[in-house]
Amino acid sequence: MPAINVNVNGKSASGEVETRTLLADFLRNSLGLTGTHVGCDTSQCGACVVLLDGKAVKSCAVLAVQADGAEVTTVEGLEVDGELHPVQKAFREHHGLQCGFCTPGMMMTAVDLIRRKPDLDEHTVREELEGNLCRCTGYHNIVKAVLAAAEDMR
Amino acid sequence: MYQFNYIRPTTLDDAAAQLGSADDPKLLAGGQTLIPTLKARLAMPSDLIDISALKELAFIRAEGDAITIGAGTTHADVSVSPEVLKAIPALAHLAGMIGDPAVRHRGTIGGSIANNDPAADYPGACLALDAKIHTTKRLIEADKFFTGMFETALEPDEIIKEVTFPHPEKAAYAKFRNPASRYAMVGVFVAKGPWGIRVAVTGAGQNGVYRCEEMEAALAKSWTPEAVANIKIAAKGLNSDMHGTAEYRAHLITVMAKRAVEASLT
Ligand SMILES: Cc1cc2nc3c(=O)[nH]c(=O)nc-3n(C[C@H](O)[C@H](O)[C@H](O)COP(=O)(O)OP(=O)(O)OC[C@H]3O[C@@H](n4cnc5c(N)ncnc54)[C@H](O)[C@@H]3O)c2cc1C
Ligand code: FES
Ligand code: FES
Repeated sequence: MPAINVNVNGKSASGEVETRTLLADFLRNSLGLTGTHVGCDTSQCGACVVLLDGKAVKSCAVLAVQADGAEVTTVEGLEVDGELHPVQKAFREHHGLQCGFCTPGMMMTAVDLIRRKPDLDEHTVREELEGNLCRCTGYHNIVKAVLAAAEDMR
Repeated sequence: MYQFNYIRPTTLDDAAAQLGSADDPKLLAGGQTLIPTLKARLAMPSDLIDISALKELAFIRAEGDAITIGAGTTHADVSVSPEVLKAIPALAHLAGMIGDPAVRHRGTIGGSIANNDPAADYPGACLALDAKIHTTKRLIEADKFFTGMFETALEPDEIIKEVTFPHPEKAAYAKFRNPASRYAMVGVFVAKGPWGIRVAVTGAGQNGVYRCEEMEAALAKSWTPEAVANIKIAAKGLNSDMHGTAEYRAHLITVMAKRAVEASLT
Protein backbone atom coordinates (compact mmCIF):
# COMPACT_ATOMS: atom_id res chain seq x y z
CA MET A 1 0.00 0.00 0.00
CA PRO A 2 1.36 3.45 -0.87
CA ALA A 3 2.37 5.71 2.01
CA ILE A 4 1.14 9.27 1.74
CA ASN A 5 1.79 12.47 3.59
CA VAL A 6 -0.81 15.21 3.51
CA ASN A 7 -0.82 18.49 5.35
CA VAL A 8 -4.27 18.53 6.91
CA ASN A 9 -5.42 21.66 8.71
CA GLY A 10 -1.82 22.78 9.14
CA LYS A 11 -0.55 19.48 10.55
CA SER A 12 1.37 16.80 8.74
CA ALA A 13 -0.63 13.57 8.50
CA SER A 14 0.92 10.35 7.24
CA GLY A 15 -0.64 7.02 6.54
CA GLU A 16 -0.77 4.01 4.30
CA VAL A 17 -3.75 3.82 1.99
CA GLU A 18 -5.03 1.57 -0.73
CA THR A 19 -4.74 3.21 -4.13
CA ARG A 20 -8.53 3.15 -4.37
CA THR A 21 -9.10 4.96 -1.04
CA LEU A 22 -10.96 8.21 -1.54
CA LEU A 23 -9.66 11.38 0.10
CA ALA A 24 -12.98 11.58 1.99
CA ASP A 25 -12.42 8.13 3.47
CA PHE A 26 -8.80 8.88 4.38
CA LEU A 27 -9.92 11.98 6.26
CA ARG A 28 -12.79 10.24 8.02
CA ASN A 29 -11.45 6.75 8.67
CA SER A 30 -7.70 7.18 8.96
CA LEU A 31 -7.59 10.63 10.55
CA GLY A 32 -10.92 10.58 12.38
CA LEU A 33 -11.92 13.91 10.85
CA THR A 34 -15.59 13.04 10.54
CA GLY A 35 -16.68 16.61 9.92
CA THR A 36 -16.30 15.86 6.21
CA HIS A 37 -19.54 14.09 5.32
CA VAL A 38 -20.32 11.66 2.52
CA GLY A 39 -23.88 12.04 1.27
CA CYS A 40 -23.95 10.30 -2.10
CA ASP A 41 -22.26 7.80 -4.38
CA THR A 42 -22.45 9.95 -7.49
CA SER A 43 -20.36 13.03 -6.57
CA GLN A 44 -23.39 15.28 -6.80
CA CYS A 45 -24.29 16.34 -3.23
CA GLY A 46 -21.31 18.43 -2.12
CA ALA A 47 -21.37 17.27 1.53
CA CYS A 48 -17.73 16.18 1.21
CA VAL A 49 -16.27 19.47 -0.06
CA VAL A 50 -12.84 20.33 1.38
CA LEU A 51 -10.14 22.74 0.25
CA LEU A 52 -7.33 21.03 -1.66
CA ASP A 53 -4.40 23.43 -2.08
CA GLY A 54 -6.84 26.22 -1.32
CA LYS A 55 -9.58 25.25 -3.78
CA ALA A 56 -12.95 23.65 -3.07
CA VAL A 57 -13.11 20.08 -4.34
CA LYS A 58 -15.29 17.06 -3.68
CA SER A 59 -13.17 14.77 -1.52
CA CYS A 60 -15.23 11.81 -2.77
CA ALA A 61 -13.96 12.49 -6.30
CA VAL A 62 -10.25 12.68 -5.44
CA LEU A 63 -8.10 9.68 -4.51
CA ALA A 64 -6.17 9.92 -1.25
CA VAL A 65 -2.95 9.10 -3.16
CA GLN A 66 -3.56 12.14 -5.34
CA ALA A 67 -3.42 14.36 -2.25
CA ASP A 68 0.08 13.13 -1.35
CA GLY A 69 2.17 16.25 -0.72
CA ALA A 70 -0.83 18.58 -0.86
CA GLU A 71 -2.56 20.82 1.68
CA VAL A 72 -6.08 20.02 2.75
CA THR A 73 -8.41 22.11 4.89
CA THR A 74 -11.50 20.48 6.36
CA VAL A 75 -14.28 22.03 8.39
CA GLU A 76 -12.31 21.16 11.54
CA GLY A 77 -9.57 23.49 10.32
CA LEU A 78 -11.76 26.57 10.00
CA GLU A 79 -11.64 27.79 13.58
CA VAL A 80 -8.48 29.45 14.78
CA ASP A 81 -7.48 29.27 18.47
CA GLY A 82 -11.01 28.44 19.57
CA GLU A 83 -12.45 31.34 17.58
CA LEU A 84 -15.04 30.32 14.96
CA HIS A 85 -14.43 31.31 11.34
CA PRO A 86 -16.69 34.17 10.15
CA VAL A 87 -18.53 31.67 7.92
CA GLN A 88 -19.21 29.40 10.91
CA LYS A 89 -20.39 32.36 12.99
CA ALA A 90 -22.71 33.49 10.23
CA PHE A 91 -24.23 30.01 9.82
CA ARG A 92 -24.98 29.97 13.56
CA GLU A 93 -26.28 33.54 13.64
CA HIS A 94 -28.54 33.16 10.59
CA HIS A 95 -29.67 29.63 11.38
CA GLY A 96 -28.11 28.36 8.15
CA LEU A 97 -28.61 24.72 9.12
CA GLN A 98 -31.17 22.29 10.42
CA CYS A 99 -29.93 18.69 10.60
CA GLY A 100 -26.40 19.86 9.77
CA PHE A 101 -25.54 17.11 7.34
CA CYS A 102 -24.83 19.41 4.40
CA THR A 103 -23.27 22.11 6.57
CA PRO A 104 -19.55 21.24 6.40
CA GLY A 105 -19.67 21.10 2.59
CA MET A 106 -21.73 24.28 2.45
CA MET A 107 -19.26 26.13 4.65
CA MET A 108 -16.17 24.95 2.78
CA THR A 109 -17.83 25.95 -0.51
CA ALA A 110 -18.66 29.33 1.02
CA VAL A 111 -15.09 29.90 2.20
CA ASP A 112 -13.83 29.16 -1.31
CA LEU A 113 -16.50 31.35 -2.88
CA ILE A 114 -15.71 34.36 -0.67
CA ARG A 115 -12.02 33.96 -1.53
CA ARG A 116 -12.80 34.05 -5.28
CA LYS A 117 -15.60 36.60 -5.24
CA PRO A 118 -15.51 38.85 -2.16
CA ASP A 119 -18.23 41.09 -3.63
CA LEU A 120 -21.23 38.79 -3.50
CA ASP A 121 -24.87 39.25 -4.30
CA GLU A 122 -27.72 36.85 -3.64
CA HIS A 123 -27.97 35.58 -7.21
CA THR A 124 -24.27 34.72 -7.32
CA VAL A 125 -24.45 32.88 -3.99
CA ARG A 126 -27.36 30.77 -5.21
CA GLU A 127 -25.57 29.92 -8.46
CA GLU A 128 -22.32 29.07 -6.71
CA LEU A 129 -24.01 26.78 -4.19
CA GLU A 130 -25.60 24.67 -6.92
CA GLY A 131 -23.28 21.75 -6.20
CA ASN A 132 -24.32 21.59 -2.55
CA LEU A 133 -27.62 19.93 -1.81
CA CYS A 134 -29.59 20.55 1.39
CA ARG A 135 -32.63 18.45 2.22
CA CYS A 136 -33.76 20.61 5.15
CA THR A 137 -33.44 24.35 5.02
CA GLY A 138 -34.75 25.41 1.62
CA TYR A 139 -31.43 27.26 1.23
CA HIS A 140 -32.77 30.65 2.22
CA ASN A 141 -30.88 31.00 5.48
CA ILE A 142 -27.77 29.43 4.00
CA VAL A 143 -27.71 32.16 1.37
CA LYS A 144 -28.22 34.81 4.08
CA ALA A 145 -25.38 33.35 6.12
CA VAL A 146 -22.97 33.35 3.18
CA LEU A 147 -23.83 36.95 2.32
CA ALA A 148 -23.37 38.00 5.96
CA ALA A 149 -20.02 36.22 6.22
CA ALA A 150 -18.79 37.87 3.01
CA GLU A 151 -19.83 41.25 4.42
CA ASP A 152 -18.09 40.49 7.71
CA MET A 153 -14.88 39.46 5.97
CA ARG A 154 -14.66 42.52 3.72
CA MET B 1 -13.94 0.38 -6.54
CA TYR B 2 -11.85 -2.49 -7.84
CA GLN B 3 -8.12 -2.54 -7.14
CA PHE B 4 -5.72 -0.84 -9.54
CA ASN B 5 -2.11 0.29 -9.69
CA TYR B 6 -1.62 4.02 -9.37
CA ILE B 7 1.08 5.72 -11.42
CA ARG B 8 1.92 9.41 -11.32
CA PRO B 9 4.28 10.16 -14.23
CA THR B 10 6.23 13.41 -14.10
CA THR B 11 6.32 14.10 -17.84
CA LEU B 12 3.94 13.64 -20.74
CA ASP B 13 6.43 11.37 -22.52
CA ASP B 14 6.57 9.19 -19.46
CA ALA B 15 2.77 9.10 -19.30
CA ALA B 16 2.58 8.08 -22.96
CA ALA B 17 5.13 5.31 -22.39
CA GLN B 18 3.24 3.99 -19.36
CA LEU B 19 -0.01 4.11 -21.32
CA GLY B 20 1.58 2.08 -24.11
CA SER B 21 3.00 -0.60 -21.85
CA ALA B 22 0.48 -1.26 -19.04
CA ASP B 23 -2.01 -4.08 -19.27
CA ASP B 24 -5.35 -2.26 -19.35
CA PRO B 25 -4.55 1.28 -18.31
CA LYS B 26 -6.67 4.42 -18.06
CA LEU B 27 -5.62 8.04 -17.86
CA LEU B 28 -6.84 9.94 -14.82
CA ALA B 29 -7.21 13.69 -15.38
CA GLY B 30 -9.65 15.65 -13.19
CA GLY B 31 -11.36 12.42 -12.17
CA GLN B 32 -14.78 14.07 -12.20
CA THR B 33 -16.12 11.43 -14.58
CA LEU B 34 -13.67 8.61 -14.04
CA ILE B 35 -13.72 8.43 -10.22
CA PRO B 36 -17.54 8.28 -9.98
CA THR B 37 -17.40 5.61 -12.73
CA LEU B 38 -14.86 3.59 -10.76
CA LYS B 39 -16.89 4.00 -7.57
CA ALA B 40 -19.87 2.49 -9.36
CA ARG B 41 -17.64 -0.38 -10.55
CA LEU B 42 -18.45 0.44 -14.15
CA ALA B 43 -14.78 0.23 -15.10
CA MET B 44 -11.93 -2.05 -14.03
CA PRO B 45 -8.62 -0.65 -15.30
CA SER B 46 -5.39 -2.40 -14.28
CA ASP B 47 -3.52 0.89 -13.92
CA LEU B 48 -4.51 4.52 -13.43
CA ILE B 49 -2.03 6.91 -14.96
CA ASP B 50 -2.56 10.22 -13.19
CA ILE B 51 -1.86 13.15 -15.52
CA SER B 52 -3.62 15.71 -13.30
CA ALA B 53 -0.38 17.07 -11.86
CA LEU B 54 1.43 17.47 -15.21
CA LYS B 55 2.18 21.19 -15.43
CA GLU B 56 3.02 20.91 -19.14
CA LEU B 57 -0.66 20.12 -19.85
CA ALA B 58 -2.11 23.07 -17.90
CA PHE B 59 -1.83 26.32 -19.86
CA ILE B 60 -3.73 28.82 -21.95
CA ARG B 61 -1.82 30.39 -24.82
CA ALA B 62 -3.08 33.25 -26.97
CA GLU B 63 -1.44 33.17 -30.39
CA GLY B 64 -2.48 35.52 -33.22
CA ASP B 65 -5.92 34.47 -34.33
CA ALA B 66 -6.31 31.44 -32.07
CA ILE B 67 -6.22 30.28 -28.48
CA THR B 68 -4.63 27.01 -27.46
CA ILE B 69 -5.69 25.35 -24.24
CA GLY B 70 -3.68 22.55 -22.62
CA ALA B 71 -5.63 19.33 -22.09
CA GLY B 72 -5.08 19.50 -18.33
CA THR B 73 -6.51 23.01 -17.94
CA THR B 74 -9.45 23.06 -15.54
CA HIS B 75 -12.88 24.40 -16.37
CA ALA B 76 -12.38 26.98 -13.59
CA ASP B 77 -9.17 28.30 -15.16
CA VAL B 78 -10.76 28.59 -18.62
CA SER B 79 -13.81 30.39 -17.19
CA VAL B 80 -11.75 33.25 -15.71
CA SER B 81 -8.89 33.39 -18.23
CA PRO B 82 -8.41 36.99 -19.48
CA GLU B 83 -7.19 35.65 -22.85
CA VAL B 84 -10.27 33.46 -23.36
CA LEU B 85 -12.63 36.15 -22.07
CA LYS B 86 -11.18 38.57 -24.59
CA ALA B 87 -10.99 36.41 -27.71
CA ILE B 88 -13.79 33.83 -27.22
CA PRO B 89 -16.00 34.93 -24.31
CA ALA B 90 -18.54 32.25 -25.27
CA LEU B 91 -15.97 29.59 -24.39
CA ALA B 92 -15.24 31.10 -20.96
CA HIS B 93 -18.98 31.32 -20.35
CA LEU B 94 -19.44 27.68 -21.31
CA ALA B 95 -16.62 26.53 -19.00
CA GLY B 96 -18.19 28.51 -16.13
CA MET B 97 -21.49 26.66 -16.62
CA ILE B 98 -20.09 23.15 -16.33
CA GLY B 99 -21.27 21.33 -13.21
CA ASP B 100 -20.52 23.30 -10.06
CA PRO B 101 -17.48 25.12 -8.62
CA ALA B 102 -15.92 21.97 -7.10
CA VAL B 103 -16.28 20.06 -10.39
CA ARG B 104 -14.78 23.02 -12.25
CA HIS B 105 -11.73 23.07 -9.95
CA ARG B 106 -10.77 19.52 -10.99
CA GLY B 107 -12.43 18.73 -14.33
CA THR B 108 -10.34 19.36 -17.46
CA ILE B 109 -11.02 20.12 -21.10
CA GLY B 110 -9.01 17.05 -22.19
CA GLY B 111 -11.02 14.75 -19.95
CA SER B 112 -14.27 16.26 -21.09
CA ILE B 113 -13.68 15.82 -24.80
CA ALA B 114 -12.00 12.40 -24.41
CA ASN B 115 -15.06 11.23 -22.53
CA ASN B 116 -17.50 12.72 -25.10
CA ASP B 117 -20.54 12.42 -22.86
CA PRO B 118 -23.57 13.12 -25.09
CA ALA B 119 -24.65 15.81 -22.60
CA ALA B 120 -21.23 17.44 -22.11
CA ASP B 121 -20.62 21.06 -23.07
CA TYR B 122 -17.10 21.26 -24.56
CA PRO B 123 -17.78 18.94 -27.51
CA GLY B 124 -20.30 21.50 -28.82
CA ALA B 125 -17.75 24.31 -28.60
CA CYS B 126 -15.09 22.22 -30.36
CA LEU B 127 -17.41 21.33 -33.21
CA ALA B 128 -18.88 24.81 -33.71
CA LEU B 129 -15.53 26.59 -33.45
CA ASP B 130 -13.76 24.15 -35.78
CA ALA B 131 -11.23 23.28 -33.07
CA LYS B 132 -8.05 21.31 -33.71
CA ILE B 133 -7.28 18.58 -31.23
CA HIS B 134 -3.57 17.86 -30.86
CA THR B 135 -2.62 14.51 -29.41
CA THR B 136 0.65 12.72 -28.67
CA LYS B 137 0.34 11.21 -32.15
CA ARG B 138 -1.40 13.60 -34.54
CA LEU B 139 -3.79 16.46 -35.14
CA ILE B 140 -7.50 15.63 -35.31
CA GLU B 141 -10.16 18.04 -36.59
CA ALA B 142 -13.17 18.36 -34.28
CA ASP B 143 -15.36 17.20 -37.18
CA LYS B 144 -13.55 13.87 -37.16
CA PHE B 145 -12.94 13.58 -33.42
CA PHE B 146 -16.42 12.96 -31.98
CA THR B 147 -17.53 9.66 -33.46
CA GLY B 148 -20.53 8.69 -31.34
CA MET B 149 -21.92 8.55 -27.83
CA PHE B 150 -18.92 8.29 -25.44
CA GLU B 151 -16.79 7.57 -28.52
CA THR B 152 -13.95 9.48 -30.12
CA ALA B 153 -11.27 8.96 -32.76
CA LEU B 154 -8.65 8.55 -30.00
CA GLU B 155 -6.62 5.36 -30.00
CA PRO B 156 -6.17 3.55 -26.67
CA ASP B 157 -2.57 4.76 -26.24
CA GLU B 158 -3.14 8.33 -27.45
CA ILE B 159 -3.20 11.35 -25.11
CA ILE B 160 -4.79 14.70 -25.89
CA LYS B 161 -2.17 17.41 -25.46
CA GLU B 162 -4.00 20.60 -26.35
CA VAL B 163 -6.95 22.06 -28.20
CA THR B 164 -6.70 25.04 -30.55
CA PHE B 165 -9.73 27.30 -31.02
CA PRO B 166 -9.58 29.85 -33.85
CA HIS B 167 -11.14 33.25 -33.03
CA PRO B 168 -14.74 33.48 -34.21
CA GLU B 169 -16.40 36.64 -35.51
CA LYS B 170 -19.49 35.77 -33.55
CA ALA B 171 -20.14 32.99 -31.08
CA ALA B 172 -22.40 32.11 -28.17
CA TYR B 173 -23.59 29.12 -26.19
CA ALA B 174 -27.03 28.61 -24.70
CA LYS B 175 -27.62 25.69 -22.34
CA PHE B 176 -30.75 24.33 -20.76
CA ARG B 177 -29.42 22.57 -17.69
CA ASN B 178 -30.74 19.44 -16.18
CA PRO B 179 -31.42 20.86 -12.73
CA ALA B 180 -30.24 17.73 -10.93
CA SER B 181 -27.06 16.82 -12.81
CA ARG B 182 -26.25 20.27 -14.27
CA TYR B 183 -25.33 18.59 -17.57
CA ALA B 184 -27.04 19.88 -20.72
CA MET B 185 -30.58 18.73 -21.43
CA VAL B 186 -29.88 20.61 -24.63
CA GLY B 187 -27.04 22.98 -25.39
CA VAL B 188 -26.54 24.87 -28.65
CA PHE B 189 -23.26 26.52 -29.65
CA VAL B 190 -23.48 28.89 -32.63
CA ALA B 191 -20.39 30.30 -34.31
CA LYS B 192 -19.39 32.23 -37.38
CA GLY B 193 -15.81 32.52 -38.56
CA PRO B 194 -13.48 32.06 -41.52
CA TRP B 195 -14.50 28.37 -41.43
CA GLY B 196 -18.14 29.23 -42.06
CA ILE B 197 -21.23 29.05 -39.93
CA ARG B 198 -21.75 26.23 -37.50
CA VAL B 199 -24.48 25.19 -35.11
CA ALA B 200 -23.50 22.37 -32.74
CA VAL B 201 -26.09 20.63 -30.60
CA THR B 202 -25.25 18.72 -27.45
CA GLY B 203 -27.47 16.85 -24.99
CA ALA B 204 -30.03 15.87 -27.60
CA GLY B 205 -28.59 13.55 -30.24
CA GLN B 206 -28.53 9.79 -29.77
CA ASN B 207 -25.02 9.73 -31.20
CA GLY B 208 -23.79 12.63 -29.10
CA VAL B 209 -22.88 16.08 -30.36
CA TYR B 210 -23.83 16.92 -33.95
CA ARG B 211 -24.20 19.84 -36.35
CA CYS B 212 -27.62 21.11 -37.31
CA GLU B 213 -27.26 21.87 -41.01
CA GLU B 214 -30.76 23.26 -41.41
CA MET B 215 -29.97 25.99 -38.89
CA GLU B 216 -26.55 26.61 -40.39
CA ALA B 217 -28.17 27.28 -43.77
CA ALA B 218 -30.74 29.62 -42.24
CA LEU B 219 -28.07 31.58 -40.36
CA ALA B 220 -25.96 31.84 -43.51
CA LYS B 221 -28.83 33.78 -45.09
CA SER B 222 -29.40 35.95 -42.04
CA TRP B 223 -27.56 35.87 -38.70
CA THR B 224 -30.59 36.77 -36.61
CA PRO B 225 -32.60 35.00 -33.90
CA GLU B 226 -35.63 35.14 -36.23
CA ALA B 227 -33.80 33.05 -38.82
CA VAL B 228 -33.87 30.01 -36.51
CA ALA B 229 -36.94 30.81 -34.40
CA ASN B 230 -39.39 28.97 -36.63
CA ILE B 231 -37.31 25.97 -37.54
CA LYS B 232 -39.08 22.84 -36.36
CA ILE B 233 -36.57 20.12 -35.48
CA ALA B 234 -37.69 16.52 -36.01
CA ALA B 235 -37.71 14.38 -32.87
CA LYS B 236 -36.37 11.36 -34.75
CA GLY B 237 -32.87 10.40 -33.60
CA LEU B 238 -33.06 12.47 -30.41
CA ASN B 239 -32.80 11.16 -26.86
CA SER B 240 -35.82 10.29 -24.77
CA ASP B 241 -35.24 9.60 -21.10
CA MET B 242 -36.71 10.23 -17.66
CA HIS B 243 -35.71 13.90 -17.92
CA GLY B 244 -37.46 14.67 -21.19
CA THR B 245 -38.91 13.23 -24.37
CA ALA B 246 -37.35 13.52 -27.82
CA GLU B 247 -40.13 15.97 -28.76
CA TYR B 248 -39.29 18.16 -25.79
CA ARG B 249 -35.60 18.16 -26.68
CA ALA B 250 -36.43 18.96 -30.33
CA HIS B 251 -38.34 22.01 -29.15
CA LEU B 252 -35.50 23.03 -26.82
CA ILE B 253 -33.00 22.98 -29.69
CA THR B 254 -34.89 25.75 -31.46
CA VAL B 255 -35.27 27.77 -28.26
CA MET B 256 -31.61 27.40 -27.32
CA ALA B 257 -30.45 28.22 -30.87
CA LYS B 258 -32.54 31.39 -30.82
CA ARG B 259 -31.11 32.41 -27.44
CA ALA B 260 -27.56 31.68 -28.56
CA VAL B 261 -27.87 33.83 -31.68
CA GLU B 262 -29.40 36.59 -29.57
CA ALA B 263 -26.52 36.39 -27.11
CA SER B 264 -23.98 36.47 -29.94
CA LEU B 265 -25.29 39.89 -30.97
CA THR B 266 -24.85 41.58 -27.58
C1 LIG C 1 -21.65 16.68 -10.41
C2 LIG C 1 -21.03 16.77 -11.79
C3 LIG C 1 -21.59 17.62 -12.72
C4 LIG C 1 -21.05 17.74 -14.00
N1 LIG C 1 -21.64 18.58 -14.89
C5 LIG C 1 -21.14 18.69 -16.13
C6 LIG C 1 -21.74 19.60 -17.07
O1 LIG C 1 -22.67 20.33 -16.76
N2 LIG C 1 -21.21 19.65 -18.32
C7 LIG C 1 -20.14 18.89 -18.68
O2 LIG C 1 -19.71 19.00 -19.82
N3 LIG C 1 -19.55 18.04 -17.82
C8 LIG C 1 -20.02 17.92 -16.55
N4 LIG C 1 -19.40 17.09 -15.66
C9 LIG C 1 -18.23 16.31 -16.11
C10 LIG C 1 -16.94 17.11 -15.92
O3 LIG C 1 -16.88 18.18 -16.83
C11 LIG C 1 -15.69 16.26 -16.07
O4 LIG C 1 -14.67 17.04 -15.58
C12 LIG C 1 -15.32 15.84 -17.46
O5 LIG C 1 -16.33 15.19 -18.14
C13 LIG C 1 -14.16 14.86 -17.44
O6 LIG C 1 -12.98 15.55 -17.23
P1 LIG C 1 -11.95 15.09 -16.15
O7 LIG C 1 -10.74 15.95 -16.33
O8 LIG C 1 -12.57 15.08 -14.83
O9 LIG C 1 -11.57 13.63 -16.68
P2 LIG C 1 -11.50 12.20 -15.98
O10 LIG C 1 -12.74 11.91 -15.26
O11 LIG C 1 -10.22 12.09 -15.24
O12 LIG C 1 -11.38 11.31 -17.29
C14 LIG C 1 -12.47 11.12 -18.17
C15 LIG C 1 -12.05 10.22 -19.33
O13 LIG C 1 -11.17 10.92 -20.21
C16 LIG C 1 -9.91 10.25 -20.35
N5 LIG C 1 -8.90 11.31 -20.43
C17 LIG C 1 -8.70 12.32 -19.53
N6 LIG C 1 -7.75 13.16 -19.98
C18 LIG C 1 -7.34 12.70 -21.17
C19 LIG C 1 -6.37 13.15 -22.13
N7 LIG C 1 -5.64 14.26 -21.94
N8 LIG C 1 -6.22 12.42 -23.27
C20 LIG C 1 -6.95 11.30 -23.48
N9 LIG C 1 -7.88 10.83 -22.62
C21 LIG C 1 -8.07 11.52 -21.48
C22 LIG C 1 -9.82 9.38 -19.12
O14 LIG C 1 -9.01 8.27 -19.33
C23 LIG C 1 -11.27 8.99 -18.90
O15 LIG C 1 -11.63 7.93 -19.73
C24 LIG C 1 -19.91 16.96 -14.37
C25 LIG C 1 -19.34 16.09 -13.42
C26 LIG C 1 -19.87 15.99 -12.14
C27 LIG C 1 -19.25 15.07 -11.14
S1 FES D 1 -20.30 12.74 -1.05
FE1 FES D 1 -21.78 13.59 -2.39
S2 FES D 1 -20.51 14.85 -3.61
FE2 FES D 1 -19.06 13.87 -2.39
S1 FES E 1 -29.39 21.12 7.06
FE1 FES E 1 -30.06 19.10 6.73
S2 FES E 1 -29.28 18.71 4.75
FE2 FES E 1 -28.90 20.79 4.98
